[in-house]
Amino acid sequence: MKVNLIKRNGNKIKKSRGAAIFDAVNILLMIAISMCMLYPILYVVFASFSDPTEFTKHSGLLMKPAGFSLESYKLAFENPMLFRGYLNTIIIILASVTLSMILTSLCAYVISRKDFKLKKFCTIAIVVTMFFNGGMIPFYFTVRDLGLENSMWALILPTAINTFNMIILRTSFESVPDALIEAARIDGAGHWTVLFRVILPLSKATLAVLVLYYAVANWNSWFNAMLFINDREKYPLQLVLREILITSDTSSMTAGESDQEFIGETIKHAIIVISTVPILCIYPFLQKYFAKGAMVGSVKG
Amino acid sequence: MKNTFFSGWKKELTQNGALYIMMIPVVAFFIIFCYKPMYGALIAFKDYSPRLGILESPWVGFEHFQSFFSSPDFGRTLKNTLTISLTSLIFSFPAPILFALLLNEIKDGLFKKTVQTVSYMPHFISTVVICGMIKSFVGSEGIIGSLVNSITGNTGSLLMQPDKFVPIYIISGIWQGMGWSAIVYLAALSGVDPQLYEAADIDGAGKFLKIFKITLPSIMPTIITMLILQVGRIMSLGYEKVILLYNPLIYETSDIISSYTYRMAFETRNWGYSTAVGLFNSVVNLILLIISNKMSKKFTNSGLW
Repeated sequence: MKVNLIKRNGNKIKKSRGAAIFDAVNILLMIAISMCMLYPILYVVFASFSDPTEFTKHSGLLMKPAGFSLESYKLAFENPMLFRGYLNTIIIILASVTLSMILTSLCAYVISRKDFKLKKFCTIAIVVTMFFNGGMIPFYFTVRDLGLENSMWALILPTAINTFNMIILRTSFESVPDALIEAARIDGAGHWTVLFRVILPLSKATLAVLVLYYAVANWNSWFNAMLFINDREKYPLQLVLREILITSDTSSMTAGESDQEFIGETIKHAIIVISTVPILCIYPFLQKYFAKGAMVGSVKG
Repeated sequence: MKNTFFSGWKKELTQNGALYIMMIPVVAFFIIFCYKPMYGALIAFKDYSPRLGILESPWVGFEHFQSFFSSPDFGRTLKNTLTISLTSLIFSFPAPILFALLLNEIKDGLFKKTVQTVSYMPHFISTVVICGMIKSFVGSEGIIGSLVNSITGNTGSLLMQPDKFVPIYIISGIWQGMGWSAIVYLAALSGVDPQLYEAADIDGAGKFLKIFKITLPSIMPTIITMLILQVGRIMSLGYEKVILLYNPLIYETSDIISSYTYRMAFETRNWGYSTAVGLFNSVVNLILLIISNKMSKKFTNSGLW
C-alpha cells in the first residue's frame, strides 16, 4: 500500500511536464477552434454595423465595424418582405408544431400499447416510410392534387409527423411503468385519459425536445415553400432570405418574379443578423433540451 | 376458429376501440403523404402528363432509366454524389471525434462548457443563411474569396470555380456540424469508467497512451455505429445546400443526383424522367442502408432495426 502510494506520487511528478505541455497546447487549440466557430458570426455582425462605402473599401479581417453606421439596419427594416416573412414563419411554426405534437403523440401512444392488436403491422408500415419514399416529384403532385398549392397548409400538413421524432416519443412512452397504466385502466380510465393524464405528464422532457425539433425544422424549412408557394405575400422567412441572400444578384438574369435593385453587402449582413441573432440568443437557454434530444436520438436511431 | 377470430376482434374493439379512433388521423397522414407518393412513383415507368394523370398516362417501361444511364449526366451526377459523400466521410466524420477527444481532456468545467456552447452555435443558423454567408465570404470581394484569389491568381467568386466547390461544401459543413455531432461522442466519453484512468496513472501511462489505449477503445462502438450510419447515407446527400450554392458554371463538380432530379423536374418539366432518376437514387440508398445495417448488427450487435 505504502509502496503504491510512493510510486504513484513519483509518476505524477515524472509525467507532469509532458502533461502540462499537452494541456497548454490543448487549451490553445480549443481557443483557436472557438474563434473559428465564432468569428464568421462576429464578422457578419461587424459588417452589418459598418458604413457601406467604407466596408467595400475594406479588405481582410474585421475586428470592429468599418466605420460605424446604422444605415444598413434602417434599409433592412424598410424591406417589408422581411417582416411579412417573419410573421408568416411564426404563424406556420405555431400551427405546425401544434398539429405535429397532437398527431405525433397519438401515433406514438397507439404503437406503444402492447395489447394493441395491429401494433406490429402499424409499426412496420410506419417505419418503412423512414427508409423509402416516393421521391420529390410524386410528393409534389400529391400535395398539388390536394389543392394545397399556394396555401400555407402545404407547409404544415405534409410534415406533420416526423417518423424519427415519433420513434423518440414512442421510446419515451414505453418507459412509463406498465403498473401505472394498468392501475389507471382498472380504475376505469379509457385510452384518452391514460394518454392525457398519465403518459403525457410523465413525458414532459421528451415533449419539450420534440417541440423544439419541430419548431427548428419549420424555422429552417424553405424547400417546400419554394415548391408550393407562388404568392410572395405568403413567403416564409427563409424563402425571403433566399431571395435576398442567394438569388438577388442573379434576379436580373432570371427575370420576372421581382424587380429588386441590387442589395448591398452590408444590408445583406444586417438581414442575416436580424433573422439569426434572435435564435442564437435563445438557444443557450434551450441547449440542454437540444443536447438531450440529440442523445435520445442517437441511443435509439 | 372463425368464432374465436371474431370474438378476439370484438374484445379488442371494446377494449382498444379508442386506439382505432386515435389512429384515424395518423393513418390518413401516412396514406396521403407517404404511401400515395410511393404509388405516384409509378410515373417513373410512364410518359407522364399531369393532364392525363397517373393511371391514364401511357407506360414506357424502363425507357427513362435507360436514357438516364446512357446520358452523360449519369456519370457526372453519380461521380459528384460519391465524391462529396466520400470526402465528407474522410474529413467531416473524424472532425467531431477529434474535437470531442480533445475537449474531454480539458479539466476546467466552465471553459469546457463555454467552448462547447460556442461550438454548437453554427448548428442553429438556418441552411439558407449559412449559404448566404458562404456566398458572401467566398465572393470576389469576400473575406475568403479575395484571400484565395490573391494566392491562386484567379478572379471572381470561388463559387464560379469548379475546383472550389467540394472544399467549400466540406469546410462549411464541418464548421456548422462539428460541435453538434460531438455531443454523442462527449456523452460516450463521460461514460468511461474513471477507475481505468486511475489504474493507468498508477502504471505510469502518459496522456497519449491513455487516449489510445483507454479512451478510444471505450468509444469505439459509438464511432462504428455512427460510421455505419454515415455509410448508409452516402447516396442521400442533402440537396438543399447544393441547390442554394451551385450555378451552371460549376455543374461539373457540384451537380448531384438529387439536385439533377430537382432541375429535370421543375426546370425542364421532364416529370417521368426525373422521377426515374429519383427512384434510382432511393433504391440505391435503401440497398446501402440495408447493407450497412447488416454490418452494424454484425460488428456492434445493434442496428437501426
